[in-house]
Amino acid sequence: MDFLERWWTFVSTRGDQIQSALGEHTVYVVTVLGLASVFSISLGIATRRNVLARELSLAVTSVFLTLPSLALFTIFIPLVGLGFAPSFIALFLYSLLPILRNTITGLDGIDQSVLESAKGMGLTPRQVLVTVELPLAWPVILAGIRVSSMLIVGIAAIATLVAGGGLGDFIKSGLARLPLPNSLESIWTGTILCLLLALVVDLILQVLKRATISKGIR
Amino acid sequence: MSEPLIRLENVTKSYPGTEAPAVGNLTLDVYAGEVLVLVGPSGCGKSTTLRLINRLIEPTGGRIFLKGEDVTDIDSSQLRRKIGYVIQQVGLFPHRTIAENIATVPKLLGWDKATTTARVDEMLELVSMDPAVYRDRYPKELSGGQAQRVGVARALAADPDVLLMDEPFGAIDPITRDRLQNEFLRLQQDLKKTIVFVTHDIDEAIKMGNRIAILREGSEIAQIDTPEVILSDPADEFVENFLGSGAILKGLTLKKVRDIDLHDIPALEMPVMRDEALRVLEASPEKTAVLLDKDHKPLRWISEASLNRTTQPIEKSGKPITIDLQPEDTLQDALGVMLQSSVGMAVVVDRSGKYLGCCSIESLASLIISDGGGTPSS
Repeated sequence: MDFLERWWTFVSTRGDQIQSALGEHTVYVVTVLGLASVFSISLGIATRRNVLARELSLAVTSVFLTLPSLALFTIFIPLVGLGFAPSFIALFLYSLLPILRNTITGLDGIDQSVLESAKGMGLTPRQVLVTVELPLAWPVILAGIRVSSMLIVGIAAIATLVAGGGLGDFIKSGLARLPLPNSLESIWTGTILCLLLALVVDLILQVLKRATISKGIR
Repeated sequence: MSEPLIRLENVTKSYPGTEAPAVGNLTLDVYAGEVLVLVGPSGCGKSTTLRLINRLIEPTGGRIFLKGEDVTDIDSSQLRRKIGYVIQQVGLFPHRTIAENIATVPKLLGWDKATTTARVDEMLELVSMDPAVYRDRYPKELSGGQAQRVGVARALAADPDVLLMDEPFGAIDPITRDRLQNEFLRLQQDLKKTIVFVTHDIDEAIKMGNRIAILREGSEIAQIDTPEVILSDPADEFVENFLGSGAILKGLTLKKVRDIDLHDIPALEMPVMRDEALRVLEASPEKTAVLLDKDHKPLRWISEASLNRTTQPIEKSGKPITIDLQPEDTLQDALGVMLQSSVGMAVVVDRSGKYLGCCSIESLASLIISDGGGTPSS
């Protein structure tokens, strides 16, 4: 009870700080998710007929996801400096695999007879892709985007270590001053806001799902 | 004969790495308004042949003509919009409503909205589905038979002259299949499309085809002719084996109940007195009569013996009539009904269910003997 009160005082006296950290965090999530989705879906489409290219892109993106996050955030500093850029690159590379994997799975899982009839009726390959394949693979692709979004919200907290800002700032400063007053409160603030942001992002994606997936395949 | 609507000229399809071509040097003419059935054992290349016509498979040699025009090298998507295509698994777009599915080709061809909407409803009615009920449903809400009706409606939507059907009724239960086949034949009478129909089922081929091409490995034509000729005069041993035993029985699907003379079994119309019934039965050579209700619909078989055996009222004696035939039914259906019936006969009724007469095994046998004599008995 005591702690909750102190935490609430901490939060309510740092409105500006919270706002800017939350803003930075959100920018990461939105930009990375947008760009990674476009990139991964395109890559999935481009490589789907070429087994070698497909396996290669899956292998490479798997490696990105396996690298320790701390390392991935720091190795780009010599190239792009500190701040937003190395964090953005690291998060982007992290979020590729789930979306790529699901794009491939989604496109692979389409009933062959649907494609056969689409072609048989005279849809061009492009029309088949846009009006049949992507809409049918979309639920699976969107599930991949959701996984990536959760991943990014969590890992973006590391950006603070390369001066990239975000909610990680609260966690880092709390950690640095640990037994001192307001240190735990700071850690909890960062953590809970990350959690809330994740919930909001998930909610938005749920709404997107309802709005974009045909009733026929729900 | 007239100019063929579809002509395959020395068409070959071979795949790299395989020695024997899937389709080897095939020349085939399909005439306007006919149903040509390609039938053969699995792996004979019949589906490949069908898919060569709309160039879902590109031929490695030969030419394909549609209405005299060489379509071997034109844009294949454009070509396919002019050819209806129905496959066994239907392949409806699950994310689109029934109406949107049917509107696929009209939309590709740039029809305006009002025309398309009207056409969709017309097509649904054509395949006996209520547009108001089904228009806005999704494919997952349909049974197999309904899905294939929509598949046919979709293929016909842009009014193509040519329809290619690849085992369209192959995945449907036997009862529904029979009904769809009959409905399809009725449709074809009005539509007069040029249809190439692939099946592995010789019975279906005999039923559906104006002409049948029996194919062996490599899509080589073993025999191409009308079902009657193929049944009575198979070209070689392969065809004979493929037809299997009982070619006469298969021939029964070609004839209708209206082709045979109906047996005049006396009818007793309700209400009827026992004495009168006995008098009629006595006069009847079969000692059997058909009991009709007041609307002339057949109810029961009444025989002299059954009437004498009990004191029950006449409408409870004898055996109930559960199945009846219509003049459009095939003799094969008739045979089935007769064999199931307790008296070895089947009741024939008109469309409204009114009694017309009976057909018996004897009349069926005499028809087979009179014109089935040419069938070689091996």
